[in-house]
Amino acid sequence: MSETSTRPASSPPEHAHEEIRLVAPSRQSPAVRAFNTVVRSREMSILLVLVLLVAAATAKNPSFLFSGNGWRDLLLTPSILLLLAAGQAVVIITRNVDLSVGSVLAVTAYLTGRLFIDFPGIPIVVVALAGLAVGGVLGLVNGLLVSLGRVPALVITLGTMYIYRGLVLTWAGSDRINASDLPRGFLRLGTQSVLGIPVLFVVAVVVVAAVGYYLHAHRGGRELYAIGSDPDAAVLYGLPVRRRVLAAFVLSGALAGLAGVVHAARYGTVSSGAGTGIELEAVAAVVIGGVAIFGGSGTVWGAAIGAMLLVTIDRALPILGIPDFWQRAVVGVLIISAIVLDRVLSARRTRKLIEAREQS
Amino acid sequence: MATAHADAVLELRDVSKSFGQVAALRSGSIRVTPRSIHALVGENGAGKSTLVKIVAGVHRRDGGEMLLEGESVDFHSTAESKARGIAVIYQEPTLFPDLSVTENIFMGRQPLTTGRRIDRSAMYDEAQALFDRLGVHIDPRRPAEGLSIADQQIIEIAKAISLDAKVLIMDEPTAALSGVEVERLFTVARSLRDEGRGLVFISHRFDEVFALCDQITVMRDGQYIDTLTTADTDVDQIVSLMVGREVGDLFPKTAAELGEPVLQVRDLTMTGVFHDISFEVRAGEIVGLAGLVGAGRSEIARAIFGVDRYESGVVTMDGIAIPGHDPRSAIRSGMAFIPEDRRKQGLVTQASVAHNVSAAVRSRLSRWGFLTSGAESRAAGPWAGRLEVKTGALDMDAATMSGGNQQKVVIAKWLATDPRLLIIDEPTRGIDVGTKAEVHRLLSQLAGEGMAILMISSELPEVLGMADRVLVVCEGRLTADIPRAEATPENVMRAATRTTEGVR
Repeated sequence: MSETSTRPASSPPEHAHEEIRLVAPSRQSPAVRAFNTVVRSREMSILLVLVLLVAAATAKNPSFLFSGNGWRDLLLTPSILLLLAAGQAVVIITRNVDLSVGSVLAVTAYLTGRLFIDFPGIPIVVVALAGLAVGGVLGLVNGLLVSLGRVPALVITLGTMYIYRGLVLTWAGSDRINASDLPRGFLRLGTQSVLGIPVLFVVAVVVVAAVGYYLHAHRGGRELYAIGSDPDAAVLYGLPVRRRVLAAFVLSGALAGLAGVVHAARYGTVSSGAGTGIELEAVAAVVIGGVAIFGGSGTVWGAAIGAMLLVTIDRALPILGIPDFWQRAVVGVLIISAIVLDRVLSARRTRKLIEAREQS
Repeated sequence: MATAHADAVLELRDVSKSFGQVAALRSGSIRVTPRSIHALVGENGAGKSTLVKIVAGVHRRDGGEMLLEGESVDFHSTAESKARGIAVIYQEPTLFPDLSVTENIFMGRQPLTTGRRIDRSAMYDEAQALFDRLGVHIDPRRPAEGLSIADQQIIEIAKAISLDAKVLIMDEPTAALSGVEVERLFTVARSLRDEGRGLVFISHRFDEVFALCDQITVMRDGQYIDTLTTADTDVDQIVSLMVGREVGDLFPKTAAELGEPVLQVRDLTMTGVFHDISFEVRAGEIVGLAGLVGAGRSEIARAIFGVDRYESGVVTMDGIAIPGHDPRSAIRSGMAFIPEDRRKQGLVTQASVAHNVSAAVRSRLSRWGFLTSGAESRAAGPWAGRLEVKTGALDMDAATMSGGNQQKVVIAKWLATDPRLLIIDEPTRGIDVGTKAEVHRLLSQLAGEGMAILMISSELPEVLGMADRVLVVCEGRLTADIPRAEATPENVMRAATRTTEGVR
């Protein structure tokens, strides 16, 4: 302690510049570094689990992958959850959560049916845009309540989850949209493929890629990470915290709205109960995909792989002969191990970073 | 006038700011010229941090003028002040732990390629160039998590340089730094000054202030006192300007017979928090625990009471050792502890006065495990009456009362346990002058009745006026033990800012 106050008051020691080495700058070439980053990433390990799962199921029953239907279902079934997980990941990265997406999905799925019934001949693009827009507005309501009301998003979106669901229940009543009410072109979208890849999957992948790219390479995207990493610091830093959080909720709502349209195309029938419980699957997909539940880290791409994994597990476990009862439990174990892995990895990273600093 | 101020890069004149009824800043003034380092000194609560936050755009001023390069400015947000070239390094660096140090520097201002895409390699190169210039070796790709406070401050400085800040304000940047790290910081600060920037440096360490700064502005009680050129002044003058008050008869301390030691603390240590703390408090004695905010006073008190754990050392009450980290046995041994943040730690604000006062003695009041509000009121009545708690009724909610009355309720709560030792942390923070005097009178009276009192206070006059003995804590160690007759603002302040003196 005493050396702090007896140090020379005037010019600094000459060696001050040379001796303070922290973590030496990396000497790897950019290509090697990029390769290492990808291979060691969380996304890669989840992808590996997914591949192993598909391989195991295919070994047991080759038609899981090597049949027209098997291949199509593998890609088509997760499409809806992919859209929801992309939006949810963005919201969770900002240290919030959106539990209303299942209800938003129901609203726009029913809306899709009503538009086709009430305006025969309406172009599919217009319906899709309407779904995006209505979802965006519902997301805006969430965002405004969260960012202006300063109430935790968990509570707000839990409330709007019930409100939006009530909206559908009131609007639809016991009415349901049937496949016969929908134009054939729209229904065909649900199963159509381009070069062997289902159209709806292509849509979902494009959305995931675009959102992931924005988060990775644009200022606004990086600010979302900063906000989730330390909200108070983000305010002191002068970042537009409210605006960014609002935008995250609008995006999540809009993607849930689009997911509603996809839902109608994929299943052909829509009741007021559509999408019940899927919001928790979206959160689970994001967490399994390596997005920290307290925000600040993870990627939309990881969340998308998480969504694929979650849906594929549901289909693969019966083939692997695992009883119904255990299938849900496996999902639970997966979520908990993802979170435990997260804690272990971040504790190890913190320790390594501190060691690296102290050794240098 | 205008020409006289033309060369100041930042100037504040009579800036004021209140939070509710508390005036944090009455008339803050400072004039920072380019190519200089300006020290801002003052006691705890003198208004330095409030002034900084007004400049940074965290708070908006209620009155007064703020000029940046001669032009009147009014910042609504930190983004605005940053855009105008003001960089602030807070006591606790504010970095995003999950992001790389480079992103931390350039967040919101990243270099872009065509297509509005972030140019990462240009960003890393620029960060590397900044670190080279600062003479530090930090991997620009490494996350901010795990960096020492010193490195985090270097990141903050790199941020300020990349902003090309005209004014750089550092709020106690050296508080958590070692000697070498302080020198590195000073080297950087001097080179920034030589580039023509204006720096403001807030510190409690006078040796640093005199080593680094060109001018010194002294603040006291939210007011501007004086600005001096470092070359023309000395530590004694600054200290007397900082304390500058007469300790009047405001404090009705009555002399009391000192009895046997009630509390004895020996070699209490918690690594990194406090070290080798030994002292005693006798019956009828008020011992003041003085020091700067963050010196470790509250931590010592919490450890004695058993709220926090300690690694080694012994705490005895009336000669009997009490186990560490066990507040219940501390209470049984006759200790009472009134914490600093009474709303959070000492009071159930949604509950009634009677409920609060009787909380600590509830097990004694209950009959067969049941508690009646009648019994609570009977127990609370005499104490609330004695403390002159001004509430309509004992069943009034504590939340609706003033800060002073809340403090009295908390005191009443602990007095109901009939303690032998009262530990009270910041007894009069945030309460009005009249109530302050009442709290002081009460403490004095309790000591007169033979209670031992350990009082933590950041207000020097309060410590000097109330305490029979002043213990000074600096950076987790006791640096002075001064009897009432010898205690002066100057020697207490010196002990609180110097680590060299040791226990006398």
